[in-house]
Order: sequence, then structure tokens, then C-alpha cells
Amino acid sequence: MSADALLIRDLVYRWPRQRAACLDIPALTVAAGERVFLHGPSGSGKSSLLGVLGGVALPERGSVTLFGEVITAFGGRARDAFRADHIGFIFQQFNLLPWLSACDNVLLPCTFSACRKRRAGDPPAEAARLLSALDLARELWPKPAGELSVGQQQRVAAARALIGRPELLIADEPTSALDAPRQQSFIDLLLREAGAAGATLVFVSHDVRLAAHFDRVLALAEINRAADGAAA
Amino acid sequence: MKAILVLALRSAWARRLTLGITLVAIALAAALLLAVERVRQDARTSFTQSISGVDLVVGARTGSVQLILYTVFHSGTATNNIRWESYQAIARNPAVAWAVPLVLGDSHRGFPVIGTSPAYFERVRHADRQPLVFAAGRPFAGSAEAVFEAVIGSEVARQLGHRIGDRLLIAHGSSELGPEHADKPFVVVGVLAASGTPADRAVHVSLQAMTAIHLDWAGGAPLPGVQIPAEWVRKFDLQPKEITAALIGLHNRAGVFGVQRQINGFAGEALLAVLPGVALDELWQTLVIVEQILFALSALVVLVGLAGLAATMLASLEQRRRELAILRALGAGPREIFFMLLVEGLLVTTLGVLAGCALLAAAVLAAAPLVQAHFGVLLAARPPATNEVVLLASILLTGLFASLVPGWRAWRMSLADGLTPRQ
Repeated sequence: MSADALLIRDLVYRWPRQRAACLDIPALTVAAGERVFLHGPSGSGKSSLLGVLGGVALPERGSVTLFGEVITAFGGRARDAFRADHIGFIFQQFNLLPWLSACDNVLLPCTFSACRKRRAGDPPAEAARLLSALDLARELWPKPAGELSVGQQQRVAAARALIGRPELLIADEPTSALDAPRQQSFIDLLLREAGAAGATLVFVSHDVRLAAHFDRVLALAEINRAADGAAA
Repeated sequence: MKAILVLALRSAWARRLTLGITLVAIALAAALLLAVERVRQDARTSFTQSISGVDLVVGARTGSVQLILYTVFHSGTATNNIRWESYQAIARNPAVAWAVPLVLGDSHRGFPVIGTSPAYFERVRHADRQPLVFAAGRPFAGSAEAVFEAVIGSEVARQLGHRIGDRLLIAHGSSELGPEHADKPFVVVGVLAASGTPADRAVHVSLQAMTAIHLDWAGGAPLPGVQIPAEWVRKFDLQPKEITAALIGLHNRAGVFGVQRQINGFAGEALLAVLPGVALDELWQTLVIVEQILFALSALVVLVGLAGLAATMLASLEQRRRELAILRALGAGPREIFFMLLVEGLLVTTLGVLAGCALLAAAVLAAAPLVQAHFGVLLAARPPATNEVVLLASILLTGLFASLVPGWRAWRMSLADGLTPRQ
């Protein structure tokens, strides 16, 4: 495994049936364990980039290498499996299956990936440890996720992204649904747990004020030559 | 896949109300289709088994369906009669075990009157060789002493309120308005139990009685100036000169075609012998269009139910885009998403079909006493027959196809949405 967590070369991505490319990234490197803050206004191609990194979208040209594996060369199933094994996602909101309990939501990655289940050791115990570390009161664990507050849901989502220690954590505006005081505390929790797990963190947001505690701050506009003409 | 299966079930459970309503629709549709199929089968069985134990029906030459219509169902009229001598010749045929003569054409308040011999009650069977059973009384005597005796079917007794010992008049012709043989009333001596056959709606009297009431008649009207009182009739020879038809049983059923050929080529007059089973089947074929329409209608109901399933699933898909995107992020491929939708569709269809079977069984159990009392048909909640299993399987298969549509749409959606569903 190379020391680079993420390596992008000559990436061009275009939405289906659109003429202008929405991503044109000549090069991007993120070291393993690095915690990167990637910012850009909405419409700058953030979700497209996350789709490509997650192996859900395929670029027109170029390659994405994650931990030494060129995922853009994989077939669909292999990319799905790679995502399940090595990437933890946290979204803006609505991260959870509302009809599963908070605890079952955290355990979901272990049902999709044998690899993460193995690394979690005893998954229920690991889920309990993560939920405690993320300050979610124990009586909320068996509750259906749909009944939790947004802040509680985001912490459950973080625990789910962390379980089974995936090498890469991708957070897409995870704090935008939280009020200001809670935003910073959530980011601190996330940074702490990512550090504890030794995970590489790519944190995407339009709000540069949140960038304070990250190792590196990147503007998507700087790395993406197509940023001007692109749609969301 | 097992994880996806569990998630599919839990997700479906979370939407149990909407899916439950769809399930009820499918259950009703399945029950309806099964009920129509069962009624169709039972009607056919009871129709083709309205007469059994009779090897040949013999009448004057006419269409075989027409012969069966008037001999078995007492509907329509014979154009010609058979001479008594011809009947006797046939009865003497060594291959013939028994023969029962029939004289038809008269009626009692709209119910057909059958002139026959007492052997009729022993010989004429229905369904699986079940004999006619007397609910009360006995067969008519068929002797010269007790001429004016009648045995009525269960439906006649029920509708007209006749009981043993009651008197009834026979009208000439089959219309309710025919002139009555008012001077020669009959006494009810027997009431048949309901059999679900035309015997329920018939009045049975002896051949001699039929001759007796027509002694002073000619050409369908009373002879002017001639009146023979009931007490005088035994002075006359009451042996009929003509009969309408005859039912025949053979010693050996294998010889039925030989005897049929002999009768059809009978030298004395133009006769027709038909195998009742074959003719009844032929007659049923003329009704096939009705059963096909019934079947098509209930198949349409099933399709509507399954279209409802597909519509419900498609509608819920919009609300589930988030759910599907989350599963994608967790590593589920479009294949798994498709599989999830398929499982849901199959689950609802399967449960719907099972509920439909249960519903039908419950309905049959609830209706059985009523149906038996009114129609003499014993309904039994039986396990699905082979053709019903085929029907159920085809509902399931159609359900599978119906859930392919939302499955395919979810596949496309999850490919297009990726990790961030657009609202």
C-alpha cells in the first residue's frame, strides 16, 4: 500500500447529456491519515467529485487511486465492494434509515462488508463504544433513527462511518443541518475519532469558517479547472 | 444478499400500511379468481354429472344436444315420439340390462312433469353414481289401482309448499297457462331430497297416469263431449302407445357403441341414441363463452390488483430515494437495490395470494350450510386443485413482472442519483 491515500490523475467528469465537463482535475494527492478540508460553493462539482471518489460515478478520463488500488479501472461490483470495505460516508442530513434503530444503523456497514465486520471485532460492542464516544445517550440507541434530533442523527451517522475502521472517511457538508455551536463540536468529535482510527478524512463544505482544525485546506476552484462552467 | 433481504423486509414493514392495503387488494383479486375458477369447475362437474349411471338416452331422431336438453333438463320439447313397440324391442336387446321410459311435455305450475316407471328412482343417478333420495314418502306405485300418485322434487316442494298428501293438478303442455287436467288431481306420495339436479324441479308420475289424464284428450285439447271420470280410468288399457324417450343401462358398458349403432340403425323408425356424458360435454361447450368471459373478468381484476402493487411501489420510490442512496453509500450495487424491490413485490404478492386462499376457504365454510340447504350442493373447503395451483403460480409470476418495473426504475435511479439524491 502506498503512503498516498488518494491520488487523482487527469480526471475529467461530465454529467450525462451535458457538453461542459463539471470536473477537470489534473492532479490531487492526499496522504494517508491526512485530514483535508475541501471547500467550494454549491455547484462547484463537490457531489460529482464525491461520487467519483466513492466509485458510484465513473469519470470520462483519468484515474482515481485509493490506497494503491486504481478504482476507476474496476468493474461496478468491485467498486461497490471497495466502497463498502474502505470508505465511510457522512452526508448533509438524512443519513440514516429511519425505520432502523440508531444502533442498527451503526451496524449496517458490517452487514455489507465482511472486512469491516472483521475489523470491528465484536460489532455490537464496537457500535456501543462509538456511540458513547460520540456522546449519544444510551437510552437513544434502541430508538428508531427517525425519532432522533438532527444533531443526534449526525452523530449516529458518524459512528456508522467509523465502524470497522474504514481507511477513508468522506463527509459531505455534515454540519449544515446543525446550529452554529453544535457545528464546531461535531467537527471536533469527528476529527478526534478519525484521528483515533487513523483514517484519512476528506471533509467537504462551502463554509470556510469550519476549516480551522484541519491539516490542509483546499479550494475546489483551485484544483478543478472546470469549476466555472459546471452545474451541481 | 441475506443482509439485503433482511433490509428489504424491514423496509417493507416500515411501510406496512400502504403495502397492507395493496396486499388486501391482491388477496381479494386472488380470491375472486379462485372463486370463479372453482364455480366454473363445480358448475361443469355438476352439469356434466346431472345424470350418471345411464349408458344411453334414446329418443326420436333429432339433435343429440336437443335430446339431452329435454330428457335430462326437461327443457324444450320433443318433436317426435317413440312407438311403445320400438321401446320394447330395445328393452329386449340382450345387451340391455334395464330401460326406463319417459313421457314428457306436461307441467305443474311451471315445473315439468315426468311420466316414468318406479325404476326411475333406482336407476337415475347423479354426480358420482349417487341415487335420488326420498326426503319423505315413497315412490309412486305405478299400478292400475293407484294411478294418480306423484313424487315431487325438493324445489317444487319448497316453492309451492306441497307436502305428502297434498293434491296437485297437472297442466297440459309446458306453459303455466296450459289447460289443466282438472278432473284428475294427483296426491303427493313422495318428496325427493335436494340433489342439485333437474330432479329437484320435477314432478314424477307413472306412465299409466300420463295415459289416464290424456284419455279424453286429442290433439292437445279435451275432446268435446267426452269426459272420463278419474274412477273409470282403470277400466281402460293404460299402457302408453308412445313415449318421448328412454334411459338405458347396459350389462357391459364396453358394448355401448355397438348398442348405440344398433339403435341408430333401428329398422322400425328413426331413432337416436346418445351417450349422455358426451352430449352433456358437447352442450357445455356451447356455454364455454360465458365461462371464458367470467374468467377474463376475474383475470382483469387480478391485473388491476397487481398494477396497484406496481403503482404503490413506484410512488413510494420517490420517497425512498434517500434510503436507496444510503444503501448505495454502504456498498449496495444497483443489483442489490433491484433485488430489494423484487423481494418486496414478491412478498406482497405471495402474502396476498395466501390471504386470498384463506379468504376463499373462510367464505366457503361460511356459505356451505346455506348453499347446501338451498341448492343441495355440498361445498367443501378443499386444498387447491392442480389448475388452481397453476393459477396461483401465474398470479405470483405476474406479481414478479409487476415488481420488475419499480425494480428497474430503482436501478436507474440509484445509478443516476449516486450518493446524492436530487429532490
